[in-house]
Amino acid sequence: MKSRNLSELADAFALFDNWEDKYAYLIDLGERLPSMDESQKTEENIVRGCTSRVWLIAAQKDGKFHFSADSDAKIVRGLIYILLSAYQGRSAAEIAAVDIRKSFEQIGLHQHLSPNRRNGFFAMVDRIKRLAAAA
Amino acid sequence: MKADFPALRQKMNGRSLAYLDTAASAQKPQAVIDAVTRAYTDHYANIHRGLYEFSQKTTADFEAARKRIARFMGVSNENEIVFTRNATESINLVAQSWGRTNLKAGDEILLTEMEHHANIVPWQLLRDQTGVVLKIAPIFDDGALDLESYKNLLGPRTRLVAVTHVSNALGIINPVKKIAAAAKNFNSGIKVLVDGSQAVVHMPVNVPETGCDFYAFTGHKLYGPTGVGVLWGRAELLNAMPPYQGGGDMIERVMFEKTTYKDAPARFEAGTPAIAEAIGLGAAVDYLDKAGMKSVAARENALLDYAMKELDKIDGLRFYGTAKAKAGIVSFTAGWGHPSDIGMILDQCGVAVRTGHHCCMPLMQRFGIDGTIRASFGLYTEESDIDALAEGLKKAKSMLS
Repeated sequence: MKSRNLSELADAFALFDNWEDKYAYLIDLGERLPSMDESQKTEENIVRGCTSRVWLIAAQKDGKFHFSADSDAKIVRGLIYILLSAYQGRSAAEIAAVDIRKSFEQIGLHQHLSPNRRNGFFAMVDRIKRLAAAA
Repeated sequence: MKADFPALRQKMNGRSLAYLDTAASAQKPQAVIDAVTRAYTDHYANIHRGLYEFSQKTTADFEAARKRIARFMGVSNENEIVFTRNATESINLVAQSWGRTNLKAGDEILLTEMEHHANIVPWQLLRDQTGVVLKIAPIFDDGALDLESYKNLLGPRTRLVAVTHVSNALGIINPVKKIAAAAKNFNSGIKVLVDGSQAVVHMPVNVPETGCDFYAFTGHKLYGPTGVGVLWGRAELLNAMPPYQGGGDMIERVMFEKTTYKDAPARFEAGTPAIAEAIGLGAAVDYLDKAGMKSVAARENALLDYAMKELDKIDGLRFYGTAKAKAGIVSFTAGWGHPSDIGMILDQCGVAVRTGHHCCMPLMQRFGIDGTIRASFGLYTEESDIDALAEGLKKAKSMLS
């Protein structure tokens, strides 16, 4: 199915008024994330510094980036879904210009889930930016 | 007890806090917070040098803290207590000072499979510098050290045994007396270092009676401030070791040709130490003396039984470190959820636990897992905290399965 963009995600999360429902929806989003091919889950593609395993790769076509990522933790997969909705199909310049903190706040999830290094959110952001800048 | 700890009255994510991460760092009693405040308020000055009243009073408070900590450890000579930043620095001090002086290529250091990275990496650094060899004593599936295999690893080149007193990841209590005795019986020249960070917190420890040569622990896990730790070593051993860092307050006489050093502890305390923090740690051991480490241990053992009974009611949990000799730490995985997901859901329930490898990657590898969920107790932990954990786990299970 078609991925939701940030404003669609914001609308969806706004429907829930407690953390349980927000988390359940996040887990649900994670389950919709296309799974990554096992052969791509290599040491090299691991994003370090997360409490779960996270893999992230990038492909470039016509100047736009397409990212695939996966995790063995469900909530982190949901975070990946949100991240990709902000970065997917964009150019290197667009990726560099994304204010991910603001996007996350726009979704309204920050009161219940602080994006941080521990859950790997910013480690993933760093990897996305690095992959885009290096290409 | 809980009433003595202001941070425990705070809410986390709008819920009453169930703080089950004392093995990572303990909450501080008001008495410790007050002692640190007083250290800066009443007559603060640098120690050991000033001739004026404030400096002398602060020096007296700092040295009194050293004396109280010595007594807490069963040590009669307080000059055997070296203040460091933490247990990690205490171990690095032994590796760099004693190790670099006394060990050469081919000499062996014996560790166990359950060591914290703080008792692995300093020896690897020493290995890279000197060519010493690290030998690893295995553990059983229940987390207990395989004492026979340990004894069999003692050899003619063994120079040091470095072992944790209580495993931070599993809560297993190691029989350090037996471990030290086996090493000394094999060869009285073998030195024994014990990492006591998780032990002094949970039970009474008479350090010299363990038969070890060095004992390290950190202050912040012992209800004291961050930034101060302890290394105990026998006086004659410490005074035969060269300084670890150079600077002020550790020298006897400096000439360009040669500098002579003060005896321990001063020779290992270069520069201005964590004065208020050490004084705070003194207040922490006073608090523990009042609470009585025997009754702390008894309470935590009862809580451990209660936790195992309650958590056993939740399907799909697998426990690590199930051997009998245990301190107040419960480590487990769940068949229905990743530790990271469970930790994040528990956070929303107001339950603070640690998830991950607990700085024990080789131990996790031994069990074939990436990490566990660890609930660890302190003297303020109550059954209600464990109830909150069990409730949170049930919620996590329904959300993740």
